[in-house]
Amino acid sequence: MKRRDFLKTTAPFATLPVLMNGLPIHALGNPETMNILSKAFVNTDHVLVLIQMNGGNDGLNTVIPTDQYSNLTKARSNIMIPLSKVLVLDDVEGTGFHPSMTGMRDLFNDEKLTVVQGVGYPNPNFSHFRSTDIWHTASDSSEELHSGWIGRYLSHEFPNYPVGFPNTDMPDPLVLQIGSVVSTVCQGVSVNMGMAISDPGAYYQLVTGNYTTSPSSKAGKELDYVRHVAEQSNEYGQAVKTAGEKGNNKSTKYPAAGENRLADQLKIVAQLISGGLKSRIYVVNINGFDTHASQVNATGGTETGNHANLLSQLSGAIDAFQDDIELLGLKDRVLGMTYSEFGRRIMSNFSLGTDHGAAAPMFLFGTNVKPGILGQNPTISGSVQVNDNLPMQYDFRSVYASVLKDWFCLEDSEVDSVMLKTHQQLPLLQDTCNTNSNDRKALRKAGDAYVLNYPNPFSTATTIKFESSGGHILIQVFSPQGQLIDTLVDSEMPVGEHEVIFNAGNLASGTYFYRYQNGELQQTKPMILAR
Amino acid sequence: MIASAQRTARTMAGIDPYTGNWSQKEVLHLLRRTMFGATKSDIDYFVTKNMSDAVDELLSPTSFTPDPPVNNYNNGRITDPDIALGDTWVNGPTNQALYNARMESMRSWWYGLMLNQDRSILEKMTLFWHNHFATETQVYRDPIFGYNHHQMLRENSLGDFKALVKKITVDPAMLVYLNGEKNTNRAPDENYARELQELFTLGKGEDSGYTEIDVQQAARVLTGWRVNRTSFTSYFNPNLHDSDDKTFSSFFGNKKITGKSGAAGADELDELLDMIFSEEEVSKYMCRKLYRWFVYYDIDAAAETNVIEPLATIFRNNNYQIKPVLSALFKSQHFFDVVNRGCLIKSPVDYSVGIMRQNAVEFPTSANLVEQYYMWQIVGQVCALQQQNIGDPPNVAGWPAYYQVPQYHEIWINTDTLPKRNQISDIMVLAGVTRTGQTIVIDPIKVAEMFDNPEDAATLVDDMVDYYYTLDISTDQKDYMKSFLLSGQAATYWTSAWNAYKADPNNTTLKNVVKLRLQGLVKYIMNLAEYQLS
Repeated sequence: MKRRDFLKTTAPFATLPVLMNGLPIHALGNPETMNILSKAFVNTDHVLVLIQMNGGNDGLNTVIPTDQYSNLTKARSNIMIPLSKVLVLDDVEGTGFHPSMTGMRDLFNDEKLTVVQGVGYPNPNFSHFRSTDIWHTASDSSEELHSGWIGRYLSHEFPNYPVGFPNTDMPDPLVLQIGSVVSTVCQGVSVNMGMAISDPGAYYQLVTGNYTTSPSSKAGKELDYVRHVAEQSNEYGQAVKTAGEKGNNKSTKYPAAGENRLADQLKIVAQLISGGLKSRIYVVNINGFDTHASQVNATGGTETGNHANLLSQLSGAIDAFQDDIELLGLKDRVLGMTYSEFGRRIMSNFSLGTDHGAAAPMFLFGTNVKPGILGQNPTISGSVQVNDNLPMQYDFRSVYASVLKDWFCLEDSEVDSVMLKTHQQLPLLQDTCNTNSNDRKALRKAGDAYVLNYPNPFSTATTIKFESSGGHILIQVFSPQGQLIDTLVDSEMPVGEHEVIFNAGNLASGTYFYRYQNGELQQTKPMILAR
Repeated sequence: MIASAQRTARTMAGIDPYTGNWSQKEVLHLLRRTMFGATKSDIDYFVTKNMSDAVDELLSPTSFTPDPPVNNYNNGRITDPDIALGDTWVNGPTNQALYNARMESMRSWWYGLMLNQDRSILEKMTLFWHNHFATETQVYRDPIFGYNHHQMLRENSLGDFKALVKKITVDPAMLVYLNGEKNTNRAPDENYARELQELFTLGKGEDSGYTEIDVQQAARVLTGWRVNRTSFTSYFNPNLHDSDDKTFSSFFGNKKITGKSGAAGADELDELLDMIFSEEEVSKYMCRKLYRWFVYYDIDAAAETNVIEPLATIFRNNNYQIKPVLSALFKSQHFFDVVNRGCLIKSPVDYSVGIMRQNAVEFPTSANLVEQYYMWQIVGQVCALQQQNIGDPPNVAGWPAYYQVPQYHEIWINTDTLPKRNQISDIMVLAGVTRTGQTIVIDPIKVAEMFDNPEDAATLVDDMVDYYYTLDISTDQKDYMKSFLLSGQAATYWTSAWNAYKADPNNTTLKNVVKLRLQGLVKYIMNLAEYQLS
C-alpha cells in the first residue's frame, strides 16, 4: 500500500513571469528543471471526506453523557433529551446518541464509526469566523495562519501544483469542494489546491451537463462563448464531468434529492469516487448548527426540533453514504470525518437554545476506523455557571495529525511539517499503512489513572502526579472557559512516575482542568481551587 | 461559433439622442466603454451629471502632453552615459545599446498613463489609433521615433483624422515600418501606399474599389520621403521623388496628379489625400472601425443604416473631425440600448488595467521610480501574456480581434488566455506582486469600503455584482457569493465581524477574519465568465 512514486510532470506549463521571479517563462519546460521539480509522494488511493457542520454543534445533545444526566439536567433542563429516548450503544455504558441518530448508532454498533470526545483547542475563540479559521488552518488560538491544513498536506505531497498538473499520476483535482460554502481548508502555502464545484451553475455544468441560462442578447452570446471556453480549458472540469458520467450510486438509503442537502452532496462524492476520480479529499458541509434559539421544539418533546432535524440529516446522510460506499466496493478506500468550529455552552439559554461553547465530539466513519469512543465523558459539575465550557480532551490537530499519519501514510516528520508542530497522535484508524501502531485497547481501559492531583480541593498549590511510559509529556492547566493558564511540563520524560506542582497564584476560586498527554495517551481531569 | 448566435436580439435604435434613465447602470456602461475599467469614484462623479455633460467631459481630456518617459533603467548593469536616472531620454541622444531599456521604459510609461488616466476617453482613443495605424517597435527599433509617434497619435486622437493621416504618412516610425523611406523614383516600394488605402482609410469593403493601379500610383506620389535618425525627423528629398504625372483608376474618376519637381513634389501628398478623402467610404470605414472598438463587432444591416451611415455623414460634414462623431455615438439611443450593453469582450489591456483601477490598487509613487516603472511593466507583461503587447501588435493590420471575421473579439478568449486571465486576477487578489518592499495587490477591505453597506453581506454582494458585472446573475449565484462572507453562518455574524474590525481596525485578527472572506469573494467574482464582458 505504501509506495513512493516519482511524480512525472508532463506538458510544460508556462506560468506567469511574475510568479517565477525573473526566470524565463520557458524554464519550466526544460527537462533539467523538471528533475528538480519532481518529488516523491505517497501513492495512495485513500480518500478523506470532510463534513463541516457549520455553526457550532451542541456536542452534549449529540453524544450524550448519560452518566452525568442529573447534573446536566440542572444546567440545561429546557433542552435536555429524555433519558429514555437516548439511543443506547452496544457495549457502552453511560454514553448514548441523540434519538435522531439511528443511522450513526447502527454504524457505531457495526464498528464503522468512532467518536472522539471533547475535541477542541486551548484558549477557544467563540467567533464563528475566527474559530472556523483556526480549525481550517490548524493554527493555535493566538496564531494566524493563511494556509489550510489540507492545503498544506497537498502542498507537501505536490509542491509544484499547479505547474505540470494535471498529469498522468494525478489527472484529477487534488481536492473537491462540494456544497455552498467556500472553505479556506484547501488553501495551500501559495495556491489554493481546491476545486469547487459547489457553484450551482458550475456544478450542474460539470456533473449534470445543464447550464444556467444566459440572456438572449449579444451579451448572452458572448457569455456563452466565454463559458464554453472556460469549460474547455478546465481539464479538471472535464475530469470531474467524466467521472460523474462513469460513476453511479447503489444505495437505496439516500433520501429524495432536495430533502437532505448533505446526503445530496455525499451522493455526488460516492458517484465521483466510483467513477474513478482520483481526488484525495472531498469537502462537504451542512449548515445551521448555530442553535441559539429553538434548538428543540417548545412542544412535542425536546427530542424534536432544529437540532434533531440537523442530526437526523447528518446521520441519515452518513449512513446512506457508507452503505453506498460498501455496495460500490469502495469501503477500504474511504474515510469520513465530521467537525464543527466549536461546541456549545453546557448551560442552555432561555430561548430553548445554547450559546457558543468550546470542546465537542468529532466522528470518524468507515470500515478502517478503530471503532468505539476515544476519551471520556466530560464531568459536569452540579453548579454549572453560564460561561462554563467543556474542557478539551483532545486537540483537533491531533485528529488531523493522526489522519495524515495513518490514512495518508506520512512519516512523523512529514506530519509535523504539515501541521507546523508536533501533535499527539491518536489511535483512530486501523493499520492501513503497514506501520506499527499501538493497540488502541490499552488506552481505553476504563478507570486507568495516568494522572492525578493532591490535595484536591486545594487552596494555593496542588501536586500533579503522573506516569510516563517514556517519550514526550505535556501537562497543561485550563480555566473553566478553556483558557490555557499554564504549561507545567512540555518535555521528554523517562519511564516512571513523576510529579509537578501547580501553584494557583492569584487565580479565582473555581474548577480548573489539567490535561495530561504522553504520546497518544491523554487524560483531562478537573481540580477545584477553593480559597 | 456556437449555436446561440441565432437568438441574438437586435436593435433598430439609431443615433437620436438617448433620453432614458441616467443611473449607475448607464454611467457604468459609458465609462466601461470609453475608459479602462470604471472606478467607483468616477461612477459617483458622473452619476450626478447628465448624460450629455458626461459625454462632453469624457471627450475633453485635461492634457494631451503628459510628462515623458524617463530613465528607469540605470541599475549598474545598464548605464545611460547621457541621461541620469529619472531624466527623460526622449530628446536624445539616441543610443542603440539602450534600445530595449528605453523601449520598455516607454511601454511601462504608457501603462502608467492608462492606469492613471483622467476622466476622459484619451487613453482608449490613443490605443485605438495604435491599433489602427499599427506599427511595431521591433521593426522600426528606435525608442525616440516610438515616443514621437505615440505622442502624435495621442495629441491628434480626438482631432482631424485627415490631418492625422498626413502626419502618419511622413512619420519617421511609419516611414521605417512600412518602407516609406525606401520608396524612391528608381525603386518604388508600394508597401505604405497599399496600407494607406487598404487599412488606414478606405478598407476592403464592398464600396471600396481601389485597384493595383491606385497602389502603384500612390506609391509614386509618396516617393522621396526620408528619415533623419539624428534629429528624429523626416524630410523630403526631391531628387528621389518621381516627378512624372500619376493617373489613378476609374474608382477615383481617373484622377490625375500632376507630377511636381523640386520641393513642391511634397505637396502631391495633399492631392493624394484629397482624392482618397473624396470617397465617402473613408468616413464609413472609419465609423465601422470606431463602432467595433466601442460598441460591438457585429454590424448588422440596421446598425449600418441607422448608425454607421449617419455617423459617417457627421464625420464628413465636420471635415473629418473625430470628436463630433464620438459625441454623436456616445449620446445616441443606439449606444445606450440595453442590447448593446455587456456584450464587449474585454481586451487584455481593458481587462488588466481595468482590474487595477476598479479595485483601486495602489502603485508605487515617483518617489520609488524604479519600482513604479517595474509595476507598470508587470501590467504590460500580463497583457502580453494575453496576446496584446502594446507597441508590438502582430502586424500592420493591428490585433485580429478588431478585424478577423467571424470571431472578432472572441479571439481574445481561448483555452490558453482564459486560465491566464484567472491566474492574473487570482495573483492580484492573493499575494500581489512585490519588488523591493513595494507591492501592488488588491486590498479587499478597501474594495468593500467603496460600497455603502459593507457590513450587510447581501447588500455588499448586490453592489459588487452591479459594479463588476453588466449582466445580472441568479439568486443562487448571489447566495453562493454571500457564502464567502458568511462561512455557513447567519448574516448577522458577518455584520458583527465587519463592525468588530471597524471598531478596532488595528487588530490584525479581526482584520484577517474579514479580509480572508472578502478575498475569496473578490477572487470568485473576477473568475466568473461575466467578468470578461464589458
